[in-house]
Amino acid sequence: MVWVNDIIQGILVGGLYALFACGLSLMFGVMKVVNLAHGDLAVIGGYVAVGVITVTHIPVLWSFVIVVPLMAVLGYVLQRTVIQAALDRSVLTTLLVTFGLSVVIENGLLQFVNANSHSLGVDNAIITGAFSIGSQISIAYLLLLIFAVAVVVLLGLQYYLSRSRYGRLIRAVADDKEAAQLSGIDYRHVFGIAAAIAFGTVALAGIAYGMYSQFAPTTGTDTILLFAFAAVVIGGLGSLWGTLLGGVILGVAQAIGAQISGSDEFLAGYIVFLAVLVLRPQGLIARRAQS
Amino acid sequence: MTAVAETTARSAEKYRVTRSRRNVAWTGLGALVIVVVLALFPYIVGAGTETILVQAFIILTLASMWNLLAGYAGLVSVGQQGFVGLGAYFVLILNIHNISMFIALPIAAIGCGVAAVPMWWLVSRLRSGYFAIATWVLATTILLIIEKFPSIGGGTGLSLPHTPSLSSAVLEAYTFWIGLAVTVAALLGVYLLLRSRLGLVLTAVRDDEVAARSSGARVGLARMIVFVVAGIGCGAAGALLAVSQLIVQPTAVFSVQWTAYMAFAVIIGGLGTIEGPILGTIVYMVLQQTLQSYNAWYLIVLGLVAMAVAIFARRGLWGLVDEHLHVRLFPVGYWLWDPGARGNGFGRRRGGRRGAAT
Amino acid sequence: MSEPILEVRDLTVHHGQLRALDRISLRVSPGEVYAIIGANGAGKSTLLRTIAGLHHPTEGSIRYDGKDVTRVRPERRATSGIAMVPEGRRLFPSLSVEENLQVGATYARPGPWTIERVYEMFPWMRDRRNQAGAQLSGGEQQSVAIGRALVANPRVLLLDELSLGLAPVVVQRIYGMLPQILATGLTVLLVEQDVSQALRVASHLQCLLEGRTTLEGKPADVTPEQVEAAYFGLPGGERGGGQPPRTQGGSGGDRSPRDEREA
Repeated sequence: MVWVNDIIQGILVGGLYALFACGLSLMFGVMKVVNLAHGDLAVIGGYVAVGVITVTHIPVLWSFVIVVPLMAVLGYVLQRTVIQAALDRSVLTTLLVTFGLSVVIENGLLQFVNANSHSLGVDNAIITGAFSIGSQISIAYLLLLIFAVAVVVLLGLQYYLSRSRYGRLIRAVADDKEAAQLSGIDYRHVFGIAAAIAFGTVALAGIAYGMYSQFAPTTGTDTILLFAFAAVVIGGLGSLWGTLLGGVILGVAQAIGAQISGSDEFLAGYIVFLAVLVLRPQGLIARRAQS
Repeated sequence: MTAVAETTARSAEKYRVTRSRRNVAWTGLGALVIVVVLALFPYIVGAGTETILVQAFIILTLASMWNLLAGYAGLVSVGQQGFVGLGAYFVLILNIHNISMFIALPIAAIGCGVAAVPMWWLVSRLRSGYFAIATWVLATTILLIIEKFPSIGGGTGLSLPHTPSLSSAVLEAYTFWIGLAVTVAALLGVYLLLRSRLGLVLTAVRDDEVAARSSGARVGLARMIVFVVAGIGCGAAGALLAVSQLIVQPTAVFSVQWTAYMAFAVIIGGLGTIEGPILGTIVYMVLQQTLQSYNAWYLIVLGLVAMAVAIFARRGLWGLVDEHLHVRLFPVGYWLWDPGARGNGFGRRRGGRRGAAT
Repeated sequence: MSEPILEVRDLTVHHGQLRALDRISLRVSPGEVYAIIGANGAGKSTLLRTIAGLHHPTEGSIRYDGKDVTRVRPERRATSGIAMVPEGRRLFPSLSVEENLQVGATYARPGPWTIERVYEMFPWMRDRRNQAGAQLSGGEQQSVAIGRALVANPRVLLLDELSLGLAPVVVQRIYGMLPQILATGLTVLLVEQDVSQALRVASHLQCLLEGRTTLEGKPADVTPEQVEAAYFGLPGGERGGGQPPRTQGGSGGDRSPRDEREA
C-alpha cells in the first residue's frame, strides 16, 4: 500500500508540473516559440520572491501577489522586444535566442546570487502539516494546496481563453496571425499578452516549487524545463487539460520510478517522455488536426 | 539566327562556372602551412599554451559539427553533449580494459557514430522545437543511465586507470597532436562533405525543402548522415576531452554547457559557413581567457553577444567579412562568370532578401 | 471624376527576386465595384494583399481616402476602413462561426453592419453560429469570411478570389449579395479569375498579366475579344476605354519574339 501513497503524491505533484507547463504550451501554441529559457524563468520567479520577501517581509504565501504581475510585465516586454525580433528572423533564431537567454539567466544567477540552493520555506503553520488516511497515506497540505492552485489557474486560463474577448483574440492569432491582422488585430500585442500570461504562470509555479522543494541557478534547465516539456508532450499540445494529464502522468511515473530505485525518479519520467515522443508525438490528447 | 538562338550560342561560349573566385590552391597551401606550424608547437611553446590550444581544438571540432547540423541540415540540437559524454566514456571504458587512450579515441568516435543511428531513429520525425528538446532529453537520459554504473565511476566520475607512463611534457605533446589531428579531420571532413553531392542536397533543402524532395533528393538520408557525422565529431571531441583531462566526470562531460559553447561559437562566427566556426572559436577562446577570473561572466557575455548576433547579424562575423571582401576560404558554392559584366563576375546567389513582409 | 477613395500609383512588388507587380496603377471611386482579372500568377492577389498591407512594395504608393498608407501596418489599415476577405477564406479554425464574426467586430468602426445584420443577410448562419468553421461548406465559409470583414464596417472591401473552389451556383449567390453590401456605402475592389462573373458585377475593370496592366476600362467599353487578348497576352491586347496608351516597359523575356515584332 506504500505505492498508493506515492502515486497520490505523484498525482498532486503533477499539478505543479502542469502549472510549469501551461506557459510553455501557450507560447508554443500561440507564437510557435519553443522557449528554452522557460524553466529558468520559474527559477527567476523564485529568486525574485526571495528578494521581495526579504525586502517587504510579506508572508511567503502572499509573495505571488507582487512577483506574478512583475514577471508578467517582464514577459510582455521581453516578448515585444527580444523574442519578436527573433521571430521576425526565423524559427531557428528563436530557438537560438531563447537558448542564449537561458544560459545568460543561469550564469547571471550564478554570478550575482550564488550557486547554493534556496528554498522559500513556508511560514504558515497550517500548511506545513499533513493529513492522514489510514496508516499508510499521508498527504502534505502544501502539496494539496499547490495542486488546488494549479487546477484553479488552469481552469481560469481555460475560461479566459474560451470566453473572454482577449482569449478569443489569442486563439485567433494562434490560428492565423495574418488573417487576424486583416481584422485589425496587432498580433505583436497579442503575443505580448500571451507571453505575459506564460511568464506569470511559470513564476507562480516557481514560487510553489520553492515552497515545496528547493531551487538553485541551474534548476531551470536541470529539472524544470524538461518536466514542463514532458508534461506538454505527454499531454498533447493545445489542450490545457492535456497538460494537466501530462503532468499527472509524469508525476506518477516519477513516483513509480522512485519506488523502484531512489535514483531512478527522473529517469523514469524521461523514459516515458521519450516513449511518447517516439510513439505518439502529438500526445495523448491530440488536438483537432490542422489542415 | 533568331534573337533567341543567338543568345544561347553565346552563352555556351563564354559563361563559366567555377568553384571558387581565386585559386583554391592558395588557400589549401595556407591551411597546410598553418597545420605544419601548429604541429611544431609542442617544440616551441610551453605546456600552458598547449593546454589552451587543446581546449580550442575541442571547441572548434564541436563548433564545426554543430554548424553542420544547424547551419546546413537545419537540425538544431541541444543535446550534442550526449555524444561528448559518450565519447569520453568510451575512452574510459576502453582504457579500463587496457587499451591506450590514444588508440581509444578513434574507436570512441566511431562508437558514437554507431550510437547515433538508433538515436536518429528516435528523434528524426520531430519538428524543430520538439527535436531540440528530444535531443536534450536523450542526452540527459544517457547521463542518468551511465551514472548508475559504479564500475565506470557512477555519479562522481573516474580517472583513466591506464595512462601511458610518459613524461608530462611528452604526454602533453601527444595530446596536442592528436587534438590537432581530430580538428583537421573534422574541418576537412565537413568541407569534403559539403562539397559532395550530399552538400548539394543540403543546400537545396535549406533553400526549399519541398522542391528538393520533389526533385528526388533523399532528404531524410542526407540528414541522417549529417547527424551521424556530427555524432562522430562530437564523440571525438569528447574523447579528446577525456584524453586531455585524464578523468571523466559525468556532470562535466554531459553538461549542456558544451552545447552552449558550440552553439555560441557558431552563431557569433557565422552560422552556415565553414569559416564561421573557426572565427567563433577564436572569439570564444579570447573571451574565455580574458574573462577567466570572472567565473560565469564569459558565458554571460558570450550568450548576450550570440543573441545579438543571431538577431542583428544573422551570418555572424564571417558573414560580415564575406559581404565586404567576398572571400571564400573553403569554397563549397559556385561562381558564375559573365563575359559581359564589368568587374569580377557575379557571386553565388544566396538565399535572397525577402520582398514580402508580414 | 470624384475623389478616388483608393489610389495606387506605380506599385512594384517583389517576391524575393521575382517581380510580381510592375508599376501598377489604379483609381477606385467611392461606390464602385472595381474588378481585377487575370490568369494565375498575374499578380492579382499580390496586388490586393499589398493594398491590405501584407506585402511591402518595392516602389510606388497607395493612397486611401487621400492619405498615404504605403507604410502603414495592415492592422491599422483595417481599423481605418480597408477590410479584406482573403483568398481561401481563412476562417479561424478553432473558433466558431460567431466567434469568427466577433473577432472581425473587435475593432469595428461605427456603422450599419453588426453581427445581427450579417445573420439577417445569411439567415442560415444564425442556426450554425456555434459550429466550428471547419464544419461548414466552402460557400458557407465564404459567407462567414465576408461577414467577418463586414462587421468591421469598412469603407473599402477587398475580395480576393471569391469563386475559388466553389460551385458556380454558389458563386453567383454570393456575388448576388453585392448590391446589399454596396447599398450601405461600401466600395468593393475584387480579384477574380472567373472573367464572366467579374464582368457581370464590375463597374470598372482592369486586367493583369505577369504583373503588368494589359487592359483597363468599363465593361461596357471593352469587347470580349479585347478582354481575351489582354487576359492571355495575345497580340492585339490593347488599351481600352479611352485611356492614353502606355508603353509596356521591359518585357523580361515573357513574350515570344513574334509578339515583340508585332506589338
